[in-house]
Amino acid sequence: MIPVAFDYEKVKTVEEAIAALSGDDLKILAGGHSLIPAMKLRLSRPGKLIDIGGITALKDIKEEDGEIVIGAGATHADIMYHNLIRTHLPFFTEGAATIGDMQVRNWGTIGGSLAHADPAADWPAMVLAADATIEMQGVKGRRNIKATEFFTGLFATVLEPNELITAVRIAIPPDGTKSTYQKFAQPASRFALAACAVMRFPDGRTNIAFTGVGDHAFRDTGAEQAISGKAIDDASVEAAMLAALQNVDVMSDHYASEPYRRHLSKVYLKKALMAVKS
Amino acid sequence: MSTRINVTVNGLQYSHMVEPRLLLVNYLRDVLRLTGTHVGCDTSSCGACTIHVNGKATKCCTLLAVQADGCEITTIEGLSHNGELHPLQEGFNECHGLQCGFCTPGMIMMAADLLQHNPQPTEESIRHALEGNFCRCTGYQNIVKSVQYAAEKMKMSEAVH
Repeated sequence: MIPVAFDYEKVKTVEEAIAALSGDDLKILAGGHSLIPAMKLRLSRPGKLIDIGGITALKDIKEEDGEIVIGAGATHADIMYHNLIRTHLPFFTEGAATIGDMQVRNWGTIGGSLAHADPAADWPAMVLAADATIEMQGVKGRRNIKATEFFTGLFATVLEPNELITAVRIAIPPDGTKSTYQKFAQPASRFALAACAVMRFPDGRTNIAFTGVGDHAFRDTGAEQAISGKAIDDASVEAAMLAALQNVDVMSDHYASEPYRRHLSKVYLKKALMAVKS
Repeated sequence: MSTRINVTVNGLQYSHMVEPRLLLVNYLRDVLRLTGTHVGCDTSSCGACTIHVNGKATKCCTLLAVQADGCEITTIEGLSHNGELHPLQEGFNECHGLQCGFCTPGMIMMAADLLQHNPQPTEESIRHALEGNFCRCTGYQNIVKSVQYAAEKMKMSEAVH
């Protein structure tokens, strides 16, 4: 399968990328592991690709002012192997290892995954649970937005056509914070049929996010309120499962019906809560 | 519109004008005539097209040739040295790790990436590393044995040197 012909520009810096983003009918190429398959199937036919894969400054993973800063161009494998991530955000290490397969993890990037906003992608749930900030840059300058405000619908985000994600910032969690990513993977694609990311702080505050469940990843405030500040035990887990997915339009497709996916999501919430139980 | 790419493949340098939409697998097979890299599913699922780009296992049906500009590429043809099989190639031979052989180049290239990161993998980590490579003949048992054989052989030769 061969994509429709397109123009191609490789950029070396973020500034060059933004300058190149002024035209219409173009797409940013990061790792390309969602975009190229879509182009091969001719579901996507951009007139021009701006290849940001050579921007080395976007690949950094570092600690800065009490935050972990993950460059948008860091691959899933870069994140999976990084000691800073393993130390402070162990559920990113755990979750990255479940994305696609090793070959995909070697090319796919966190920025690409967030911008693409596949409803069953893994990073959206993890960055939501980590209460991350998404850093973007465009012709109008730089802006930061909370992950909770970033995803707006099916493959839809607040990103403007002439903006790119430059980094994901996460406040370093206090010692004693526990986190997990629990996924029921579609056996062929490894995308989430339902997955739950949980970050539980030492004071009992609990962030809970789902992916693969609705048309975009989301924080489940009902479940969070039911468990936050309480000991994790049978009763509180039961209460969180009951409170979860209120007013959520749960997806139904040929892999999982709506009632099955709803049930699965709650089971994975339970698994996640048991995994962060101290 | 064509773009020039410069790549090193199995130690040899190449420079070609390519269409941006040319997939790396088609560049390797049709331009360089390195047909050891197979096209199986053509949808980045099966792993038959796995090669190394800058040392990392890559499904080259899902990469544009222009993305590999400036990169070092190794294909199955570049794995043996001086006519001596790589321990993985030997392992697949010794342990009956293939039947039809279509998936084998991809299996071996993925396993080579694994052994770089983890020279003594458990059976579980071998299976996890190979989850993006499909075999429709063997049931994977002998593929896992072949990788274990190679890991053991590489450990022995490390001890000798």
